[in-house]
Amino acid sequence: MKLADLQKIAEQEVDFQRAYKYRINVCCSSGCMPLGALKVLEAFEKAVKEFGVEKECKVARTGCPGTCSVGPVVVVEPGDYLYQNVTPEKAREIVRDHIVLGLPAKDLLYSNEQFFKKQKRLVLRNAGKIDPYRIQDYIAMGGYSALVKCLATMTPQGVIYEVMTSGLRGRGGAGFPTGQKWSLVARAHGSPKYIVANLDEGDPGVFANRTLAEADPHAILEGMAIAAFAVGAEKGYIYIRAEYPLAIQTLQRAITQARSMSLLGNNILETSFKFDVELRLGAGAFVAGEETAILASVEGRRAMPRPRPPYPANSGLWGKPTLIQNVETLANIPLIIMNGGLWFSKIGTPKCTGTKCFSLTGKVNTPGLIEVPMGITLREVIFDIGGGVQKDRKFKAVLVGGPSGGCIPETHIDQPIDYESLKNLGAIMGSGGIVVLDDQSCMVDTAKFFTEFCVDESCGKCTPCRVGLTKIKGIYDAITQGNGRMEDITVLEKTSVYIRDASLCGLGQTAPNPVLTTLRYFKDEYIQHIKDKKCPAGRCFKTKEGEQ
Amino acid sequence: MSKEDNRRMLLEKALKEYDFQASALLEILHKAQSIYGYLSKDLLMDIAQSLHLPPSTVFGVATFYSFFNLTKPGEHIVTGCLGTACYVKGSEQIMQAIEREFNVKRGGTTADGKLSLFVTRCIGACALSPAIIVDDEVIGKATKEVVIERIKQLLGGSNQ
Amino acid sequence: MSALTVKLKIDNIEVEVPEGTTILKAARDNGIEIPTLCSLEGLTNYGGCRLCLVEVKGAPKLFPACTTPVSAGMEVITNSEQLREYRKMTIQLLLSERTHVCSVCVANDHCELQSLANKLGVDHSIFERNWTRKEIDSSHDFLVIDRNRCILCTRCIRVCDEIEGVHTLDLKQRGRKAEVIMDLDEDWVNSCSCTSCRKCAKVCPVGAIYIEGEPITRTKNKDVAEFILTRRQRK
Repeated sequence: MKLADLQKIAEQEVDFQRAYKYRINVCCSSGCMPLGALKVLEAFEKAVKEFGVEKECKVARTGCPGTCSVGPVVVVEPGDYLYQNVTPEKAREIVRDHIVLGLPAKDLLYSNEQFFKKQKRLVLRNAGKIDPYRIQDYIAMGGYSALVKCLATMTPQGVIYEVMTSGLRGRGGAGFPTGQKWSLVARAHGSPKYIVANLDEGDPGVFANRTLAEADPHAILEGMAIAAFAVGAEKGYIYIRAEYPLAIQTLQRAITQARSMSLLGNNILETSFKFDVELRLGAGAFVAGEETAILASVEGRRAMPRPRPPYPANSGLWGKPTLIQNVETLANIPLIIMNGGLWFSKIGTPKCTGTKCFSLTGKVNTPGLIEVPMGITLREVIFDIGGGVQKDRKFKAVLVGGPSGGCIPETHIDQPIDYESLKNLGAIMGSGGIVVLDDQSCMVDTAKFFTEFCVDESCGKCTPCRVGLTKIKGIYDAITQGNGRMEDITVLEKTSVYIRDASLCGLGQTAPNPVLTTLRYFKDEYIQHIKDKKCPAGRCFKTKEGEQ
Repeated sequence: MSKEDNRRMLLEKALKEYDFQASALLEILHKAQSIYGYLSKDLLMDIAQSLHLPPSTVFGVATFYSFFNLTKPGEHIVTGCLGTACYVKGSEQIMQAIEREFNVKRGGTTADGKLSLFVTRCIGACALSPAIIVDDEVIGKATKEVVIERIKQLLGGSNQ
Repeated sequence: MSALTVKLKIDNIEVEVPEGTTILKAARDNGIEIPTLCSLEGLTNYGGCRLCLVEVKGAPKLFPACTTPVSAGMEVITNSEQLREYRKMTIQLLLSERTHVCSVCVANDHCELQSLANKLGVDHSIFERNWTRKEIDSSHDFLVIDRNRCILCTRCIRVCDEIEGVHTLDLKQRGRKAEVIMDLDEDWVNSCSCTSCRKCAKVCPVGAIYIEGEPITRTKNKDVAEFILTRRQRK
């Protein structure tokens, strides 16, 4: 296939889609499937036939528009009318009212307009709009034209220059400048070179990468192919959690389609460029998301991190130069190539460009998957997009960055979201989990919960993480069972700082964040637990039934 | 052909697909578990021999990752999500209720071998929290009552 | 060996070492002692115990001396107040992880963990001790493993794989549940690959693997890996 062929496919597909006056996008991703999305899809197909409007209305199976709490959701175009809690019966009603009579069924529409207003969807540009099973849908939206542009008109250095100009930083958590990483791998000696796309979204409470893979798999593949062209890699692996069967299936299909259209494989688009992608399944280990642990896992070993240097850019998979990149980072790449790095650098804040996907969960009114420009405040995310705290309860804290993130109190939620300010608050960007806690949550219990998580997920290689976290957990057990002592607070603090500084990898280094932030912002709750043996939220001091 | 032969053939096919590469160990373990339901010691030894890996390495990998089962699970499998979002919304309480109702501990199987109870850390269904998986069905926004009812239905069904 | 050398400062002493040398070796070759546990000459470096952490001027993080190569102009501090404090914490944690009671241990007076505790001035522990009661495997003719004393340094696993070449030993599980195993977690006597070469017992820094009836001073031999490796390479 050549460039001209790709354009032809795009034109044909656009014409094909224009022939329809309406398009009904039924979300069939992991969020809506358990709620009966497939039955809804069937009902729409049936209803369209029943009313004889199948020539003017296309029913499409799509990914997720983000409003996972009110699924199954359906979007009717044009006009982006979003229907919530759709049932097969309601499907018929929607076709009758909206398509046949031309009157949107108002009482079934999604109510929180704010949910979309403050978002900026770049990475999720196609999520909920295209059929992830059809590569033609992606091509019609301009897909793979960035790869064509690279191969036809750009040099690898030129591509890296654009990415550097964009200011894009790694979305996996640490925020390392992407362009700089590419340049390191491009200059590294050794061949072959590899790319590993990280889709091991192990943070509990986060589902952004899964949604991306289920809704727009080709954006990830195109980003990988461009990265491969830039750094000189021939082989890529997508490391994905085995817990994501639908995402695995969607990506596998996408890879097969891309291969058949010579967008992956040898002689891509009839050039000498070759690149192929394989999936590797994780198997339930949070630590495998760490750079050097993911390499061990792709090589089929225990996912134990190793000290750096050597850095993976010089010595990664099988000792060869390897680019490891989160899939969200990669999905940004086609946009940067098409619109230029300068365009991208103007989105977000000067130091922190672009957007970030967040999984907004916990006690908010409208949880879901959102994408916002960097620099937005946590308050806007929670109270505007999230619609505030459920049942009008009092906001207490927000947990940003997953199990190794930090608990931020209300006094600090007006800070703009970027890598640096979150770090200053004691939290991390992580892979983008935002969990809202109300006054029924106990901060001591919350910190204990995350410590337990990290104890279970520690690989056991280094002493601070393996033993230190276990000791911290023991102290929490004592405090929440009424056996705490005031000295425990000092030991918690001292041990946490030690674990942060002395641990081998990112898991250990960030695991004490929940401990340190709750001690920093909610120390009085610890004191109440220890001195008065009281839990303000009423969660602790219960003998748990059914537990050993 | 017996069932056992058939399963070994499927495993052989997977081994060949991955060209007996040591780096495919995780993929092979996934495949083996989906074919046999769990990874017995005999099976692990077989895989170690096929991939020319030390048995201790194979055992080390199989036990490092929590996705792999080394013991035979029950007829029906209930997995509770204890990820952040689900925990905040009370999945722990549901798990305790299941443990009480069916007299099974997490990680274990009932005495009659009918029901296994497992814990997972986030299946990514956070907006549907709390989520409990009963066999292959995800029950979103779960409550004690709904989940226990569903399990009872399943257990009742398998008795007939 | 590369002929190129690198100049750097360790504890304000100017030293010159071949390119690619680790900080640990550069320090030791110049008479500067850095405490270690998991590291052993002749075996690949592991970087797990975190005792050998050092400060590098200008870097926000600490680096393990055993795995970090030197670079030109580097200024390394091996013995600051903070590092001494952290080393004490590491020893305290290891001592409180499992059942370490020196007076009833085969390795008493010949234990690297014990001697480091003395040397670093660990006179108490702020952590509650965890008395594990794991079964001792004495099924083998003469080799014994008491996992209650294991500190998971993996020296035995590495010597078994890299020097003896059989890879009988490995780790199972992860985190605090990790254990050293033989083959498919068999009793030692049932191991199909063990050659009974004793090297695991020789390099064990504590009393976790030992030889029944043999004085510990005769068993322990920290240099065995390096001894074999250098001679193997000269052949």
